[in-house]
Amino acid sequence: MSVRRLRAQTSSRVIDRVFIAVLLAAAIVFLAIIGGLAYSLVAGSSLSLRTFGAAFLWTSQWNPVTNQFGALPLIYGTIVSSLIAILLSGLFGVFAAVFLADFAPRPIARPLSFMIELLAAVPSVVFGLWGLFVLAPAMRNAIDPFLQKTLGFLPIFSGPSYGVGLLTAGVILALMIIPTVTALSRDVIATIPIDQREASMSLGATRWETMTKVVLPAARAGIFGAIILALGRALGETIATTMVIGNRPEISASLFAPSYTLASVIANEFTEATTDIYRNSLIELGLLLFIVSVMVNGAARLLIWSVFRRSVSAR
Amino acid sequence: MIEVAAIPQASLKTRDLNAYYGDHRAIADVTLGFQPLSVTALIGPSGCGKTTLLRTLNRIHEIIPNARVTGEVILDGENVYDPAVDPIALRRRIGMVFQRPNPFPTLSIEDNVAAGLNLRLRRTQRQEIVERALRDVGLWDEIKDRLRASPHTLSGGQAQRLCIARALAVEPEVLLMDEPTSALDPISAANVEELVGRLASRYTIVVVTHNMQQAARVSRATAFMLADESGSGRVVEYGETSQIFFHPRERRTEDYISGRFG
Amino acid sequence: MKNYPMRRFTGAAGILWSFLCAFVAAASLLLILGYIVFNGASAINWEFITQLPHPVGVEGGGVANGIIGSVITVGIATLIATPIGVLTGLYLALFARGGFAETVRFLSDVLSGIPSIAIGLFAYTVLVQPFRHFSAISASFAFAVLMLPLLVRTSEEAVRSVPRPILEGALALGLTTFRSTLLIVVPVAWPSIMTGLLLAIARVTGETAPLLFTAFGSQFWELNPTNPMAQLALQVFNYAISPYRSQNTQAWGGALLLVLAVLTLNILARLLIKSRVSVIR
Repeated sequence: MSVRRLRAQTSSRVIDRVFIAVLLAAAIVFLAIIGGLAYSLVAGSSLSLRTFGAAFLWTSQWNPVTNQFGALPLIYGTIVSSLIAILLSGLFGVFAAVFLADFAPRPIARPLSFMIELLAAVPSVVFGLWGLFVLAPAMRNAIDPFLQKTLGFLPIFSGPSYGVGLLTAGVILALMIIPTVTALSRDVIATIPIDQREASMSLGATRWETMTKVVLPAARAGIFGAIILALGRALGETIATTMVIGNRPEISASLFAPSYTLASVIANEFTEATTDIYRNSLIELGLLLFIVSVMVNGAARLLIWSVFRRSVSAR
Repeated sequence: MIEVAAIPQASLKTRDLNAYYGDHRAIADVTLGFQPLSVTALIGPSGCGKTTLLRTLNRIHEIIPNARVTGEVILDGENVYDPAVDPIALRRRIGMVFQRPNPFPTLSIEDNVAAGLNLRLRRTQRQEIVERALRDVGLWDEIKDRLRASPHTLSGGQAQRLCIARALAVEPEVLLMDEPTSALDPISAANVEELVGRLASRYTIVVVTHNMQQAARVSRATAFMLADESGSGRVVEYGETSQIFFHPRERRTEDYISGRFG
Repeated sequence: MKNYPMRRFTGAAGILWSFLCAFVAAASLLLILGYIVFNGASAINWEFITQLPHPVGVEGGGVANGIIGSVITVGIATLIATPIGVLTGLYLALFARGGFAETVRFLSDVLSGIPSIAIGLFAYTVLVQPFRHFSAISASFAFAVLMLPLLVRTSEEAVRSVPRPILEGALALGLTTFRSTLLIVVPVAWPSIMTGLLLAIARVTGETAPLLFTAFGSQFWELNPTNPMAQLALQVFNYAISPYRSQNTQAWGGALLLVLAVLTLNILARLLIKSRVSVIR
């Protein structure tokens, strides 16, 4: 047997060094892209940042003609439509998750979960198309009048309905984010250790009581995180929203009224933005969306992660 | 009791070896010499550190995060833990066979055996080495006409012999085996055991086993390990296999051998 | 126990309500798909998939340039994103320790939540504005950025899920990391990596917002990626909001094509996952 030394052959060391370097380079390119994204948004909006300052956020004028840009009506439209979306998707989505996690028999749970997950794969423009031609007329002809008749004394349900408006946008958004809420909540609920359920049942609680009094409270942070993550999606959703929201930069009390979101205005007006200040303002809206989504996502993941960590250590 | 210093040209030995996973000391103060060209068995109850000891010999325990070692493992006079040593080069001299056969699933049988070979070899050379390794483990006649097949088609015993062939193809000096037959049916286990006996004339072999009869059959020297009160594995007794099994010096060894615990 | 019948009733009602919620969520998929198929099928014919769009208001025509354009754009995006994403995932799984790895993963998660329109703005400032020219390649860049987080995450998971015994076997054989990764780890992880790739492609198929100011769209055939190029998703969008009924119908047709593409990719991905389970015993 030949005597081979334990010091490395140069060639294998070199190969591995080059290999690691290539992989590291890829990771650095990846980071650079993310950094470039942030930088380009800041640099591209520098003019409007300097011109309007913080007042950009609470000025309600969005006027390309006079070059006066304020984001307030857009912020309003974004927040309200997203709020509607998370109220609806939270209500339906969490209970759907409850059913799928603990109460559905296997042969039903699998196909239902599958279908809800496929819903997440449907492109935004397809939702928008359906919203425009199916949902909006339904809202205008049936649902909005019904709401007006029963709850019309509330300012949010006053005024005429055109089918396109805040409420319709909220409903479409809800449909788009319900898979996120359901899938994540279901995963969070499934993480709650089974002994907690068993303990509760052995004390005489029904399965439903176990769910509402033991499991859901334990999963509360994670479910909350799932909803916030879905909120992040809703805030940035562009195409479906712009097709059903009416595209009018005005603040109105009624949910039937047309409105405008941060993302929609960028989509509709960016290619028409001829002046620098106009373009900068639009990019500043993009920067706003970026910052908000980073904060919302960060908060959501922290919440979700805390539940997983607690369940793991409880085992 | 075998005196480490007295072992003639001990090709592999340890000196004051301790292995840690984080803060937990898995093996403590192990000083052993493995007789060349023979089989040494490591026995002991679960948790005694025998597998950990085995894995420190070819530095494979390092893949666990927070694993570290103090002391030395010496191969042909060189400490394998010296910072200048390349673990990859080390593992070509010390091969390993695992408890569960682990052929690479996406490679053919032939490519599995050749997996460790230098890429610059000519095709004919490769084929020669593959054939020789498969003959060494007694697999050649059984599978010589399906060398391109997937290793899925092999039985457990065949797969384990394939893994041994794969390790041998690299021409190591030492072969480490971690309970090589415990996942096999009795007939395959007997085949592999017999193979180990044959290989002993050409390689230094260290076998971890929880099967005492196997240790008695196959090895020339045996080390008995036990975890102390703090959970660290120590070598209780080390000697010729016949001495360990028929005239153990330590009470604890005798208790284990006679089945009073573990 | 107090009031057991009442509690039983509440429990049953609760479970029923939960079932209804799940049912509504799942049924809405069928509702939407139903309309798409119903309205879109009538629009799809040989002319639709082979002809250029007709001038506004003129009946007939098709979305062939959009189909080709989308395939080209997504194709280039895949070429850009796959090396960066898969190699980064490999790095995280094989070499990265501690802080750097956590930072990369965290930022990858952050990137996955950023609205696609903001990423479109990024592509615009980098690849459109300096050249004063819309182009398909700027859209590919935006798509690549959208695909990256998925690719990084699934590649890392794919490599991490290679069974321990295989990794240890390769290690014990004294193979260089390069060789063991290329020869053994990646082939074993390959189905999972492919699944991630299919899902990433599905993610950007149908993505519209960034296209508005990158690829911009076109009425004509275009194969040069440095020029503006028609995109199917853009055509669906424009036809949907168009006042002409004939174009609205074509929007449904295009939407059906998009949905078919996305569903096919998703189902292929799922089949791959199932087949992988049987390869590794």
